[in-house]
Amino acid sequence: MMQLTKKIYSYKFLLPAGIIYFTFFLLPTVISLFFSLTRWTLTDWEFIGFENYEMFFTESSLNIGFRNTLIYAVVTSGLKVIFGLLLGVFLCTEIKTKGFLRSMVFFPNLLSTIAVGVVFSSMMHPSRGIINMGLKVLGIKGPDWLGNTNIALFSVALTDVWKGVGVATVIYIAGIMSIPRQYYEALSIDGGDSWDRFWNVTLPLCRPAMNSVIILSFIGGLRTFDLVWAMTKGGPGFATDLIASIIYKQYQAGFYGLSTAGNVILFLGVSILAFPLYKYLSRSEVDL
Amino acid sequence: MKRKVLRIIALMICAMMVFVAFSGCNKSEEKKQADSSEATQSDSNTSDSEDKTGTKSEAYDETVTLTFLIDNQAQLDGINAVADVIKEKYNIATEIELRPSGSEGDNLVKTRLATGDMSDLCFYNSGSLFQALNPEQNFVDLTNEPFMNNVIDSFKACVSVNGKVYGIPGEATMAGAWLYNRKVYEELGLSVPKTWQELLDNCEKIKAAGKTAVIGSYKDDWTSQLILLADYYNVQAEVPTFADDYTANKAKFAGTPAALRGFEKLQEIYKKGYMNEDFLATTYDIALKMLAEGTGVHYPMLTFALPVLQANYPDKASDIGLFAQPGDSADKNGLTVWMPAGIYLNKNGSNVEAALKWASVFASVEGTNAYAAKQKPNGPFAIKGATLPDDVLPAVKDMLPYFENGNNSPALEFLSPVKGPNLPQICVMAGSGAKTPLECAQEYDKDVEKQAKQLGLAGW
Repeated sequence: MMQLTKKIYSYKFLLPAGIIYFTFFLLPTVISLFFSLTRWTLTDWEFIGFENYEMFFTESSLNIGFRNTLIYAVVTSGLKVIFGLLLGVFLCTEIKTKGFLRSMVFFPNLLSTIAVGVVFSSMMHPSRGIINMGLKVLGIKGPDWLGNTNIALFSVALTDVWKGVGVATVIYIAGIMSIPRQYYEALSIDGGDSWDRFWNVTLPLCRPAMNSVIILSFIGGLRTFDLVWAMTKGGPGFATDLIASIIYKQYQAGFYGLSTAGNVILFLGVSILAFPLYKYLSRSEVDL
Repeated sequence: MKRKVLRIIALMICAMMVFVAFSGCNKSEEKKQADSSEATQSDSNTSDSEDKTGTKSEAYDETVTLTFLIDNQAQLDGINAVADVIKEKYNIATEIELRPSGSEGDNLVKTRLATGDMSDLCFYNSGSLFQALNPEQNFVDLTNEPFMNNVIDSFKACVSVNGKVYGIPGEATMAGAWLYNRKVYEELGLSVPKTWQELLDNCEKIKAAGKTAVIGSYKDDWTSQLILLADYYNVQAEVPTFADDYTANKAKFAGTPAALRGFEKLQEIYKKGYMNEDFLATTYDIALKMLAEGTGVHYPMLTFALPVLQANYPDKASDIGLFAQPGDSADKNGLTVWMPAGIYLNKNGSNVEAALKWASVFASVEGTNAYAAKQKPNGPFAIKGATLPDDVLPAVKDMLPYFENGNNSPALEFLSPVKGPNLPQICVMAGSGAKTPLECAQEYDKDVEKQAKQLGLAGW
C-alpha cells in the first residue's frame, strides 16, 4: 500500500505537464490522422478513405514537393556540414579576432527568416539586384536567380545555408573544443603536421558534433517553409514548392483534409528519414 | 558524457521540430479588435431603441457600432463616405477592421467564420470564392429585403446560393481588360485592336520602337492570370454553355479549344518576346509604374488598378486607356466584367437589425452618390439607376460602350463556383514557357477537380 501511494505520489507531479502534452500534442495528432482520411470543411466532413493521400502522391503540383524537399534538405544540410566544419576549425585556431569573427558567423542566425528572405530576393533581382549588378561589373551576365526554374531552388537553399551555417559552426566549435589536448600533443610527438591534426584527430573526434549538425540541418531542411514563402512563394510555377509550402497552400485553398494528409505525410517522412539516419550516425561515433 | 548530453539535446530539438512542423499550419488568426464591452453595450442599445421606436426606419438614440472586416487593398474613401451618411441617418457608426488581401485574407475570413469570431459586416469576393464560405450557415439571407430591388440581377446571381441572395455590392463593377498607354499609342500611330492578330501587330510595332509591349509582373503571381481570365468573353461567345457544362463536369479547359485559347494566348505573348525581360521578378507596383511612365505599353489587369494609378501618378492616370481582350474575330469583341466584391451580414452577429439598415443605405442610389462623390469608381455601379460622375478616368469611360451595347459577360469565376486554387502558378508556367498550354490546361483541370469535390458539387 505504502509502495503504491509512493508511486502515485510521484506521478501527480507529472500530471500538469502530461495534460498539456496530451491535449495540445497527442490528441491533435490522433485527430489529424482521422481528418486526413476525410474531405473536411472545418464544420463538416465526409469520409473518403485514402483519396487525399493518393492525390498527394499522383498530382504533379503536389508530388513535386517530395523531390524538391529532398533536394533542398540534402543540399542545405550537406553545405552546412562542410562550411560549418571549415569555419569551426578556423575559428578554433589561434587568431586575434576570434571572438569577433565567431559572433560575425553567428549573426545571420539572429535575423528574422522573413527579413532575410525579403532582402535576398531583392538582392537576387535579375537586373536591379546587387548580386547581378556586381557580376555585371566583372563582365558576367548573372542568371535570374529566383526566376529560372532550374536554379531557383538552389538560390533559396544557398540563402538558407548563409543563414543557418552559424548554428552549425557553433556546434562544431563546441565539439572541437571538447577534444582533449593530449591527442594533439601525442600527434605532434609522433611528428604529425596540421593536416594530420585535422584528419586524424579533429575530424574523427568531432563526429558527435557533426552528427548533430547533420540531423538538425536535415530535419530543418525537410520542414522549411518560411524562407521559401518569403522568397518565392513556391514559384515560379511550382519550381520551389516544398512539402510544407504545399500543405500551407492546400490549407489556404480550404482543402483542410488534403492539407492534413500532407501534414501526416511530412510527419511520417521526417520520422522515417530522421530516425534511421540518427541511428546510423550514432553507431559510427567514436567514444572519447 | 558529452556525447550523451549532445544526444539528448539533439533528440529534444528533433522532437520540438517535428512538433512545430505538425502544428505549423494551424495559423492563428488575428484577434478581433472590437472591445467586447462595447459590443455588449451596443447590443443593449439595439433592444432599447427597438422597444422605444418600434419601427425600423428611425435613427437609434445611442450610437450603435458595427464592425466591418475589410480587405486592406479595398479603397476606403468611398466606403467611409457612405458610412458617414449612414451615421447621420441612423446613428450607426462603422468601425473598420483591416485584413490582408489575397489567399491570406481568405484564410483569415474562413478561420474567423469557423471560430464564430466574424465582424457584423464582411467584405469579401463574390462568385466562386464566396461560395466556399458556407453562406447558408454564416450570412443573413437578404432575398426578401426591399433594398435588394436596387441591385442588378447579374450581381445577385454572384452572391446567391440555392436561390437565396446573401450580399450587396461593396463597390463598383470592374473589368478584366488590357490597360494601355494612350500617349504611346498616339506617338506610334496605333489604333485600338479589335482582333488578337491586330493586338500582336501592335505589340510588334511597340517592340520595334524599343518599349515593352506587354508588362508581365509574375513576381505577384496572381497578375499572371489576367490574360486567361479576361478571355472569358471570347470563350462564351464561342461556347455559350461553357460555364454550366464546366460546373457540371461536362466541359474541360483542355478539351474545349476556345477555353484552351486563353493558355495559348498567355504563352504566345511570352514566346514572341513581348514582355519585359525581368517579368518573373517584376511586381504589380513596378508594373503600374512602367505603364504610367510609358516604358511599358500594355498591361492586362483588372480596373482596380486605376485608383492606384490615380493615387500614385495623378498626372499620368488620364493617359491610360482600356480595351477588351480581343478574340479571333472583330465582330465578337466584348468585355469580361468582374462583379464587385460583396458585403455580407453576419448571421450570428449581435447587430443584425442595424446591419440591415446599414445595407439598405449602402445598396441605394443615395449610397452610390455619396460613394462617387469621394472616390471615382472603377466602372459602372451594380445598383440600378446609379450614375457615374463626369470626371471618371478615361479608362472607365472606355468601359461604358461595352455596357451600353450589352457586349459584356461576367468572368467565369462569377458564373461557376469552380475555380482551382493553383491557377496563378499554372498561369506562370504557361506564361514563362515552362509547360505547353495543353499541359497547363490539363493540370488546371485536375486542380479544379479538388475544388469541385471540396464544394460537393454534383457530377464530380
